[in-house]
Amino acid sequence: MFEQIKKIVAENLNVEEENITPESSFKEDLKADSLDLFEMVMALEEEFDLEIPSEDLEQLETVKDVMTYIESHKE
Amino acid sequence: MTGAPKLNPEMYSTKKAVIRGTGSSVPRRIVTNDDIARLVETSDAWIRERTGIRTRHIAVEETTVSLAVAAARQALENADMEAEELDLILVSTISPTRVMPCTACEVQAAIGASRAFCFDLSAACSGFVAAWNTVSAYMTAGLVEKALIIGSECLSNLTDWQDRSTCILFGDGAGAVAVSAEEGRAFFPAAYSDGGAGEALTLRSSQGERCFMEMDGQAVFKFAVRRVPQVIEEVLEKNGLKRETISHYVLHQANQRIVEAVAKRLGEPLEKFPMNLQRYGNTSSASIPILLDELNRRGSLKQGEKLVLAGFGGGLTWGAAVTEWNRD
Repeated sequence: MFEQIKKIVAENLNVEEENITPESSFKEDLKADSLDLFEMVMALEEEFDLEIPSEDLEQLETVKDVMTYIESHKE
Repeated sequence: MTGAPKLNPEMYSTKKAVIRGTGSSVPRRIVTNDDIARLVETSDAWIRERTGIRTRHIAVEETTVSLAVAAARQALENADMEAEELDLILVSTISPTRVMPCTACEVQAAIGASRAFCFDLSAACSGFVAAWNTVSAYMTAGLVEKALIIGSECLSNLTDWQDRSTCILFGDGAGAVAVSAEEGRAFFPAAYSDGGAGEALTLRSSQGERCFMEMDGQAVFKFAVRRVPQVIEEVLEKNGLKRETISHYVLHQANQRIVEAVAKRLGEPLEKFPMNLQRYGNTSSASIPILLDELNRRGSLKQGEKLVLAGFGGGLTWGAAVTEWNRD
């Protein structure tokens, strides 16, 4: 799943895939602002067929957080 | 959007609405991002990165009515049309100077359009597209020959200047198009509402306590970025048009990042998405006709080109329309 998420993160935050690790923080390391994150969340929702409500966005600080979140919310 | 009813072209007459002239007017006072940074904790760089907005015009002496009248006069002149010829004046606004008489009637009185029937319509930032679709339907039904469609807003009166998430976004202004019914098959519109999601963007009436715009930024961003490409694809499909035949996508000017995301999702070059929100901010239902006026006066619109107009906003509401540029 890391590869799949890495691709979405790279596309939506305009960063190179090789600079993304599970520990990468979206805001600190990948320099994403709130609107970048909204776009990334939309792409994740579409890829994994789930809904990430506004209030859950705060929990998603790193790539690993996203992996854990998707694991626990997937059907 | 497969649930949309199939429309029967046989039901339509042979008349379609054609834009004959455009006009616009914005208040004199310009407020920069630095000016706003003196009111709330924000900065020019922060606002520009997240919205694209650099300045907005804020009404001091101007009103929703006075801006609408100025835009209306310009559009009539540009169309070489007389006020007395008008059958209909339709104003889209969520920020009327007075609720009654409606803005359209005040415009009528100011310009002397004595024959026209006049009313206002409220569909927030989708208002201009809703008004365009309404006037198009009147014309296709053969009820009206000449009309004025105006979007006019003074949102600054309804902005909480202590709320840094919204006060950076909005501006005041008006745009108008003078329209006539011409021979030809009308284009089908596409429009939707989702009242169940309406809390994402609210503005209480003046009888309420806090009559300011309030917004759930993430919900509105996701709504716009998802729904606008869908409704544009639908309106193209309904009219049997390929993307290559569209010269400009004239979107509601809410946020540069929304426009960019819509272009990306549609797979269309950003050059086909003209923008002026950098100078005016989000002027709600005035944004599309102000942009049309700028494109027209700059000579960017060529005879026979097809444009897509798309609005989205409070309600929630969203919609798209196709029009062919045919001023000559």
